Amino acid sequence: MKILAIDSSGMPASCAVCEDGTLLAEYTVNFKRTHSQTLVPMLDEIRTMLEMDLNGIDAVAVAGGPGSFTGLRIGSAAAKGIGLALNKPLVHVPTLEGMAYNFYGSSGLVVPMIDARNQQVFAGIYSFVSAQEPEEVCNAESGWRDPLHVYSGQEALRVTDLCEKLNTLAQETGKEAVLLGDGAVVYRELIEKNLTAPHWYAPAHLAQQKAGSIAVRAMDLARQGKLESAAAHRPEYLRVSQAERVRAQKEGR
Amino acid sequence: MTQKEEIRILAIESSCDETAAAVVVNGRDVRSNVISSQIDIHTLYGGVVPEIASRKHIERINQVVQQALDDAKMTLDEIDAVAVTYGPGLVGALLVGVAEAKAIAWAKNLPFLGIHHIEGHISANYIEHPELEPPFGCLVVSGGHTHLVRVRDYGEYEILGKTADDAAGEAFDKVARAIGLGYPGGPKIDQAAKKGDPLAVAFPHGKVRGSEYDFSFSGLKSAVLNYLNEKKMKGEAVCTEDVAASFQKSVVDVLVEHSENAVREYGFRKFAIAGGVASNSALRAAMEAMCRKRGVQFYRPSPVLCTDNAAMIGAAAYYEFRKGVRSDWSLNAVPNLKLGER
Repeated sequence: MKILAIDSSGMPASCAVCEDGTLLAEYTVNFKRTHSQTLVPMLDEIRTMLEMDLNGIDAVAVAGGPGSFTGLRIGSAAAKGIGLALNKPLVHVPTLEGMAYNFYGSSGLVVPMIDARNQQVFAGIYSFVSAQEPEEVCNAESGWRDPLHVYSGQEALRVTDLCEKLNTLAQETGKEAVLLGDGAVVYRELIEKNLTAPHWYAPAHLAQQKAGSIAVRAMDLARQGKLESAAAHRPEYLRVSQAERVRAQKEGR
Repeated sequence: MTQKEEIRILAIESSCDETAAAVVVNGRDVRSNVISSQIDIHTLYGGVVPEIASRKHIERINQVVQQALDDAKMTLDEIDAVAVTYGPGLVGALLVGVAEAKAIAWAKNLPFLGIHHIEGHISANYIEHPELEPPFGCLVVSGGHTHLVRVRDYGEYEILGKTADDAAGEAFDKVARAIGLGYPGGPKIDQAAKKGDPLAVAFPHGKVRGSEYDFSFSGLKSAVLNYLNEKKMKGEAVCTEDVAASFQKSVVDVLVEHSENAVREYGFRKFAIAGGVASNSALRAAMEAMCRKRGVQFYRPSPVLCTDNAAMIGAAAYYEFRKGVRSDWSLNAVPNLKLGER
């Protein structure tokens, strides 16, 4: 299976091409230029470098959210346009599951978090199923199991609430947590005040969104049949727009 | 450059609240023109909400593009270039169309062109008038724009006048809200005005002192609001139809007067109107009368080509394509793009 993957959910723009067990290209830029300016030039560079016939890809994977609303839409529109042009399906990879794959194989708690403003983050708590734990097989039919164990699916929550969750979970499981994503940088002080569980911060090369991780997660989702048409794809913002929120509040009264 | 007989352009437009795509051959032959309007949802908020518009665009864009290809009975393999509106407009909304168009062009190895939204509106006039060629004068009036333009040649524009504050269509929306007609204001005021007396209230004309071709509609809007307030304070009833008709006359008068001055000064033999407000029946009638009086050929697009659409972008793109204009993959959306700039 050959996957073209895109992640423009946060500050970095990242593109990758992965074929089965081989990452053929991964290109990540974390600079001031906007995704609108960088994404397709990066894809074009990859196509040139790989002397690639785009028709040879099986699916386009995209970090489908959460993240910056505009960033998500640029990535989604790019993936949808490529999907439409080549008649290929899309794989919607939840952004935080993609980030968790930066720590593929870790038996500890993997905690990607994206700054959602006002002391809130989009975060999830994950771990990887160890080869020594066959009882955790989730897909009995194919015998294949999802390597990603979800303790807490991606959601918007207060940093302090996330810390509380982690404190409890670490106590129950005896695991330590690795924190990654821009939320861990922005709220480090707040985390240090509230997180009693043993934890550490991801190093630079694993701390941010990477399209290679999106591609590998996409293959695992595709194995579970989680493909969608380019037309049907839409980002998952995890938050309604401000106008809708205000309107709902008014009507609630 | 050897020139093909037929240049088939897939055009995409998403600058505000319409998701649109079209296939246009040689700039004037519209093979399809698909418009998915979001007006119902924005009506709930009394105007276009940018974040909601952007979200709706991404949900609809592929269906709209596919429909445009299907209606034209073409596949992307038969398309020669992809064009998209890259400004002016709402940045989040523009970005969806730009990213989509760019990705399609890139994946199919097609030439890619970013097009100015107003240039599209002006070019809408080419579609139904095969004989229309520059030079001509054009008044572009919509919810976001009020421009009096001298079209020197294809793709060559001189802005003679523009609004100093609100766009004409914006004034329609605001006044419609104030007199309880709701959103969108343009068609509602047009309808109400038909039953009202345009001379009932003397509202000021939206001119700008010292610049004869510029417009200003915020003062007019305030005058209407003040009038309504005054009536309310005095406990007097307001005739909505009269206010609508008088307000509309005030807007139309200044648009026509400036256009007429431009016709006189620049000696236009042809004059066109474009943009959403060009559908306004009073404006059409007054502009037509002015042109007849001056012996000038008058052009206007059908209502479907006045509203935001992609066929007009395909029309404008054809002439840019012929000139050799191409955008590269780093093209960004430019929310305040000026006409005639690249």
